[in-house]
Order: sequence, then C-alpha cells, then structure tokens
Amino acid sequence: MNTSFNLFDFVGGVHPAENKTQSTQSSIAPAGIPEKLVLPLTQHIGAQSKPLVNVGDTVLKGQLIAAAQGFISANLHAPTSGKITAIEDRAIAHQSGLSDLCIEITTDKQDKWVEHSGIANYQDIDASQLISMIQEAGVTGMGGAGFPTHVKVSANPDTIKTLIINAAECEPYITADDMLMQERANDVITGIRILAHILKPESILIGIEDNKSKAAEALNLALKESPENNLIEVIVIPTKYPSGGEKQLIQILTGKEVPSGGLPSSLGIVCHNLGTAYAINSAITKGEPLISRITTMTGNACAAPQNYEVLIGTPVKHLLEVSNTDIKNTSRLVMGGPMMGFTIDQIETPIIKASNCIIAATKQELPDPAMEQACIRCGMCTEACPAQLLPQQLYWFSKSSNLEQAESHNIADCIECGACSYVCPSNIPLVQYYRFAKGEIKQATADKLKSDRAKVRFETRLARQEREAAEKVAKRQARAEAAAKKQAQKKAAPAQDATDSKAQPAADIELLQKKFDATKAGVTKTKEKLAILLADENADPEKIELLKGALTKAQTKMKDAAKVMAEAKKAEKASASTSSDKGDPNTPERLKNKLDLAQSRLETANKRLEEAKAENSDKIEAFETAVTKQLERVNDAKLALETAIKTSATNNVPASVDLETLKQKVLAAQTRVDKANERLNMAKEQNLETVGALQTGLDKQTSKLVDAKAALEQASTEEAK
Amino acid sequence: MKLPNISSPHTTRPFSTSNVMLNVLMALIPGIIALTYFFGPGHLIQVLIASTVALASEAAVMKLRKRPILFYLKDYSALLTAILLAISLPPYAPYWVTIIASAFAIIVGKHLYGGLGQNPFNPAMIGFALVLVSFPVPMTTSWSAPAELLPAAFSSGISFSDAMTYIFSSRETIDSITSATPLDAYKHQVALATESEIYQNPLFKGTDHSSFIVLAWEWVSIGFLLGGLYLLWKRIFTWHIPVSLLASLALCSLIFGWDADSFVPTSLHLFAGATMLGAFFIATDPVSASTTPLGKLIYGAGIGIFIYVIRTWGAYPDAVAFAVLLMNFAAPFIDQYTQPRTYGHNKPKRGLAAKK
Repeated sequence: MNTSFNLFDFVGGVHPAENKTQSTQSSIAPAGIPEKLVLPLTQHIGAQSKPLVNVGDTVLKGQLIAAAQGFISANLHAPTSGKITAIEDRAIAHQSGLSDLCIEITTDKQDKWVEHSGIANYQDIDASQLISMIQEAGVTGMGGAGFPTHVKVSANPDTIKTLIINAAECEPYITADDMLMQERANDVITGIRILAHILKPESILIGIEDNKSKAAEALNLALKESPENNLIEVIVIPTKYPSGGEKQLIQILTGKEVPSGGLPSSLGIVCHNLGTAYAINSAITKGEPLISRITTMTGNACAAPQNYEVLIGTPVKHLLEVSNTDIKNTSRLVMGGPMMGFTIDQIETPIIKASNCIIAATKQELPDPAMEQACIRCGMCTEACPAQLLPQQLYWFSKSSNLEQAESHNIADCIECGACSYVCPSNIPLVQYYRFAKGEIKQATADKLKSDRAKVRFETRLARQEREAAEKVAKRQARAEAAAKKQAQKKAAPAQDATDSKAQPAADIELLQKKFDATKAGVTKTKEKLAILLADENADPEKIELLKGALTKAQTKMKDAAKVMAEAKKAEKASASTSSDKGDPNTPERLKNKLDLAQSRLETANKRLEEAKAENSDKIEAFETAVTKQLERVNDAKLALETAIKTSATNNVPASVDLETLKQKVLAAQTRVDKANERLNMAKEQNLETVGALQTGLDKQTSKLVDAKAALEQASTEEAK
Repeated sequence: MKLPNISSPHTTRPFSTSNVMLNVLMALIPGIIALTYFFGPGHLIQVLIASTVALASEAAVMKLRKRPILFYLKDYSALLTAILLAISLPPYAPYWVTIIASAFAIIVGKHLYGGLGQNPFNPAMIGFALVLVSFPVPMTTSWSAPAELLPAAFSSGISFSDAMTYIFSSRETIDSITSATPLDAYKHQVALATESEIYQNPLFKGTDHSSFIVLAWEWVSIGFLLGGLYLLWKRIFTWHIPVSLLASLALCSLIFGWDADSFVPTSLHLFAGATMLGAFFIATDPVSASTTPLGKLIYGAGIGIFIYVIRTWGAYPDAVAFAVLLMNFAAPFIDQYTQPRTYGHNKPKRGLAAKK
C-alpha cells in the first residue's frame, strides 16, 4: 500500500462533534416493507421522470414505473411488488417543504421480483453498454445532490486521469458509507472497478476520513483479497469538516482547485460517491435497479440508532417506528447531516435515493436557533470558510441586498457548507442570508436577460417599422415619379392631339395662342401678297391661283388653331373648377365632420354658459343665444347627415363585391399570418413567455385569412355566373 | 404532525458573542492587577465609574431604541468598552472626565453610528480622544508615580480613600503622588541629555536599578501581553494585527530612532506605554478593524507607524488612540483591496465592484 501519499490541506474547516459512534454499534439491518411506498418523480437533478403506470396497476419489484425524460433525468423502479394506489402531489424531501408528483405503491409484502439478471464479467462489456445499464437502473449520485450517474460517467475517458471515490463522509452523525464499507467492501470495490472500466483513469483514489479506520481496513482487505492488479488506493485523510465536499476532497488529494464555475473534469478528475459505486455494482453484476439504499437512523430521540437498508419511498415514519424513535421527544427531524441537511416537517415524507441520514434530534441535542445578535466582524467565519471567502462581508452585502458587491466577493463560490454559521458567535444564520442573495442574483440575472431580449425585440420591431415606412415613402415617390413622367410624355405629345387632351395646363394654352397668332400672321401675309398680285395686271394667273390656295389653307389652319385653343381653355376652366371644389360637399363623411364640429362648438358654448352661470356673469343671455344657435346647427347637420346616408344607401346599390379589393384583402391577411408565424417561431426559439399570446394571435389571423379567401372565392364564382 | 422547518446548519458551536467579550474581559485581568499593584486603586475606581456610566448609557439608548435592554447589556460589549477606556485613562483623572469619556464613547462612538457592529471607530478610543483634546491638564497631570517612587507618606501605597478624594473631591494634594510617564519623561529629556543620563532618573530603572526594561510599566505591559497571548490561544482574534503592529512600531524605532541618545529607545516604545494594551486589546477590536487577513496586516502596520510618528514628532507622549482612530478610517478601504483569493480563482479580486 502507498504509505507516503502526499496530502494537501484546505483552508478553513471546522470540527463539530462527530456523533457517529451511536449508529455504528450494530450492523446494517433491513428496514422491512412498509404498508405504502411514496416515490417522488423528481429524486434527481434534471427533468422529472414520466409515470409509465396507472392507478390500479400491479407492479413487481424492480419494474420500471417511471421513465427518464431526456438525458439528464433518471428512471424509477418499484422497490417492491404491490399495487399503484395513487399518482398525485405529496410532501417530498425538500429544502422548502414543497410537494411534488409521487407514485404511491401499496405493497403486497410478497416482494416478488421482476425477471432480472446481472453480468458476471463486466470487463468484457463495452463501456457504452455498461453506461446504458447504469442508466436503465436509474442510478443517481448517492451523496446528496442526486445527479444522474450515467451522465457523469459519459465523460470522454481520454480526459479523465483520476477517479476519486468520495468516502470522506465528513458530516457528523452519518455512518451509512462507513457501514457500507465495513460490511460490503467487496461490492463497493467491484463497483469502483466497473467505474474504472468505464472511465479508464490512470489512478483511483478513495478518500476516507481517519475516523473510519475500520472501514479503511475493510477496503484494504478487500483489495488484497481480490486477484486483480489494480490502481485503487485507499487514502486516509484527517477528519475535518467539510473534507467530503467535492472541491475540498479534490484539493486534499491532488492539491488542485476546481476552477470557479468549472467542473472537476477540466482537471482530468471525476468524483463519485462511495454509495454510488455500490449502486453501480448492484446494477451491473446483479441487474438490480436502484430501489433501496443504506440510511443512518440516529439522533438522541432514537432508541436504536442504526443503519438500515431502506426501500426507496419508505416514509420516514416507518423508519422512526422501526428504530423505536420517540417522536414526541423529537424537536427537529433532519434529513441529511446536521451541517447541510434540511428539516422535514412531516413524518410521512419519503426516503429518496439521496437520503443518507435521518436525525431525530431532541431539544437538548439540537436546540432551537438562538436569537440573532449583531455581527461584530470577529472574522471567525473567515477563518472557517473552506472556500476562502469573506463570510462577514457577504453577510453585510446580502443583508443590504447589495448584490453587486456580493457577486464581486464571489458569493457564487459559496458551497453552503455551513462552517461560517457553525462558528458564528452571534448566531447569525449566515447560509440563509447567502441563499437569499444567491436567489436574488439569479432572479436579477434572469430579469436582465429577459429585459435584454425585450429590448432587442423592441429595437428590431422599431427597425422593421422604420424600414416599412421608408419603403412606403419610396413606393409613393416612385409612383409620383411615374406619374410625373407620364405627365411629361403627355406634354411632349404633338399639338394635333390637342383635341384629345382634356385638361391642358395654362402653358399649353399659351402655346396654342402663339400658334394661332402665327397662322393668323401667315394668313394676313398671304392676303397682302394676293392683293399685290391682283393689282398687278402682268401677274401670273397661275401664281394667283397658287396664292389663293395657300390662303385658304392658312385660313383653315387658323380656324383649326382657334378651335383647339377654345377647347383647351374650356378644359382648363373645367379642371380649375374641379380643383377648387373638393368634391361633393354633401358626402356622408363631410357631413359627419360638420356635425362633429358643430357638436364640439355646442359643447364649448354650453361650457361657457355654465361658467358664466357659475360666475353669475351678465353675459349669460348672450351665451344662451349662442347655445341655441349652435344647437340649431347641430340639428341641421344631423338632419343633413341622415338624409345623406339614406340617399347614399339608396344610390349605392350593394356594390357588387369588388374582386380586386377582395384579392388585396386576402394578400394583406396572408402577410399578417406570415408575420405572426415568424414572430411565434422567434418567441419559441428564445423560449419566451409570450409564446401563448402569439399563438392565439396567429390563430386569429389565420381564421381571418380563411374568411377572406372564402369571400374572394364566393365573389369570383358569383361573377363567373 | 408538523415539525419545525429550520435552515441548515442545525448545529452550532456553543460560543457566543458574550463569550467573546467575557474572554477579552478575563484577558484584561493580569494587566489590571499590575496597574493596581504599581499605581494604586485609581484604575479600579475609574473602571467602576466608567462601567456604571457605560451600562447606564447603553440601557438608556436601548430604551430609546425600544430594544430589549437586558439582552443587549448581556453581550458585555458596553462593559468591555468601559473597562478598556478606564484603564487607558490616567488613574487619578477627575470623575467627570471619566463620565464624559464613557458616556460619549457609548452614545456617540457606538450608538449614533448604529450600535454594536456598526461603529466605524473604536468607541473607547473615541471617548479617550475627546477628553484628551478637551481636557489636556487633568489628562496629563493625573498619572501617579509607581509605588516605590511615592513620597514617604505613601509608604504603604495610595489608599482607597486617598484615591477617592483625588478623583471625586479635592485635587489640591494630588501633586505629591503624580509623575510624568516614562515615555513623556524620556521624550522631553532626550533633547538635553544622553541615554545613560536619562536612565539615572529612577522613573526608568527604579531606585535600585533592578528593573529590566522600565519600572512598573514593564509588568503592566507583560500583563497585557499575557492576556493577549491567551486570546490568541483561544482564537478570539488572529495574530495578524498585534504582530504587524508591534513589528512595524519596532521597525520604525530601529530605523529612525536607533540612537537612544536622540530618540526614545525601542524597548520603551514597546513596554513603557500603552503599546501592549493597544496591540492586543484596542487595535484588535474587530468591529472597527480590517477583516481580511492581508488587510489586518496592513491595518496593524499602519497603527504601528502612526504610533511611532505621533510619539516621536507629535505633541502627545502616547499615541495609541489617535493611531487606531486614523487607521479605523482606512479599514473599509483596506478591506476592499485585500480580498483573499477565493478557491478556484486564479487571483484575488481587488476594489469595489464596477457599477453595472
């Protein structure tokens, strides 16, 4: 054996009274089968497992009753045979005494196994197959957190250099691992070897506190007896709380520190609890799922403190009865150790996979917390903190909700071991303060994330709206330009088309005038020339005839030009009249506007009148007349509006549904549906709370689209008829 | 059946704040015995006056603040403040000096800042500093000579009734028993005399030159040193502050005042004044001191330097109170910059968190 193993120490730590010998006097005893088992569906870190059975089903021992959902989750098996009698919320072992979904089995005491078999030679089996067997068996970390074991062993074996088996069991009172090692060392060692076969580490260290010398001896004996040449070393470490903390044990055995926020695997280390190794052995070599565990039943109220092999789901009440615990004398019932365990307020609470200890403490043993005194910054907590934090500073920051400072003082690195509270002379529940601050920080971070997302969303929306607005403006401009072009083309059109032009601008009229003038001048000139020729007796008669023809031509031209000009002027007048008169003044809209105006005026007048009345002003009469006048106007406007609506109703024969409009409506609805869909997808991706609302929005838009499409179809068929 | 729901940890060390205070009070006993043995019953009377006033002030404030009076009186923090103040004061200071100092210490120095644990300054030193700057005459002329240097009329020491007279009523005859403190005497004589000439004064080595460091004060200092070591052993405080304080004071004295013909020698700096009391009982007051390990070293060293500077170049012969108060100012700042390296971090964080 390696006798000169170089141990390291961790800073801080405390030495609370061990209270371990009470429960190591007798060997592990079966706790028996209780009337009912209550199996919470969340006994592990990760997703809740999904029940596979229904109320009324009969189950056999070892039968899968709830399946893991996703990779980080764990299977759950029936710890004994019986009938499912309930699947409902029950009080569970939880820090805050919460309830959760549980499966209740009423046992039949037959303890009849489902068919199962183990593997004799795990060495020949592929690691991945072993991992899936562990996964099948629902093995989780037995140390307290309950992390699914198959996830932890799925690490890349190339990166794992050291496998550490945590057998420190540093919490006072707890002796479950101690007794397991003492009595079932061979099974434990086989379990460790299976882990080693999967992970292929270069060295395997079992860390065990020096207050468990018998257990260490038993392990060494088991190692000696087994034929295999192995890498396993049993390392005895000094007893100091919390040496069994994963980070602290790694520091003690390797001198390395797990990086803040990182995992041991980044150091090439993986740490498994001793009880987990034992459960792995049962799963592989016997084919037995994790359905029972060793739990220490202790405390001064307990007449026979002892370790029991307990079926998972056994109510604590059963364990209290089996161990002859005086429940009336129990002032506090702790699940786990006295440093990090939590109280359970109902004795019906079931034992779960991670329940290593039940302490039924009397008032003298664990007195009620004393009144909190002022912190005098004595610094004893700093001396005790294994994470090298400044607990007293964290306390002040937590108390004042100064979360930034708490974060800056590394509150996230607090392992909540309770060493600071243990030494605090002022009885300050420091860990409680840190839990509060951690929760607040978590909340604040989540809120910030949410608000950041909302901000991005808002900004994106704003950008989209701006883009759309810009596009609209661009379209309008394009349209305007197109119109201008068209207009210019029209302008350029030859004058002979002038007859066609209906509304020529004033400039055109000028042009026509000039043309007219020019033809007129031409006519005059031709007339003069003709007169000269006629006066001249020697003139060529042919020439005279020619000139006469030209004159007639010019005269027709002049007449034509005059006609065109007259037309143009008329058209201009007409257009001017339409542009000055903005449409029919008697449309219902306009009348409505008029009515609104009249009404608001009436209101103002009324107000003034009231004010005048209140002040008893001499203008009351004048205001009264004004009001009457306004009232008349309002009535007139109302009447006009009503008639207008009536006439428009009679005039506008139910407009044969315009196909074009309907098509546009369908298109618009389609765009809206697309947009809603896009938004919903985005929300789904980011897992936002608005998903539900967006879904209903999408549904609404879709139904609108369907309506619009139906209307279009109907209209087109009607038209076809 | 419903059992209580209590947060972990469920077990705590049976050691309360009042235990801390009681331990400190016990550790003061050797020093107080030495003070009484060499300087008469003056300090005991001052302790009684200061304790009464401090407890009454504490009770009054607690009543005003509507807090359970007895619960707070039982933490012994007010009593400790009173006793530390009383043994810092000259043994035959008039009663009203002690009353003002202790009432001020508790009411202003402690409770106006928020009470136990909230005061940025050492309350006892606040009270002491107030009367030192306000009443310089009684504060400098009330030190008695060590018993063996008293006039023949006091061959059996200063009696209790004499002490009561000096403190409460007539101070006309007090001159017959008063004397300068060794630190004061050396500081004033060193300008004109050499070390050996100064040591001719029986105030330093006694009439028969039997004292190994300085008459009477050496035993007082050893008393406080013993008490301090007891507290270290009991882990009431860590070694950082006393060690760095004594080391920096000694170092300053050796660097700047190595010539005993021109400066007060190192042995007197360490044993002739309130150095030991200050190093183990005043500077270690956790409420107003720095709390990080490195911070404590800086804090203690700062006090040591200030003690030397004020004693050597300042107007006051002793300087523990001012040095401690000056470093009290700096303690929160020091703490911000001396966070230890947390497990799993490459380097310690420094300074305040950046505002997000």
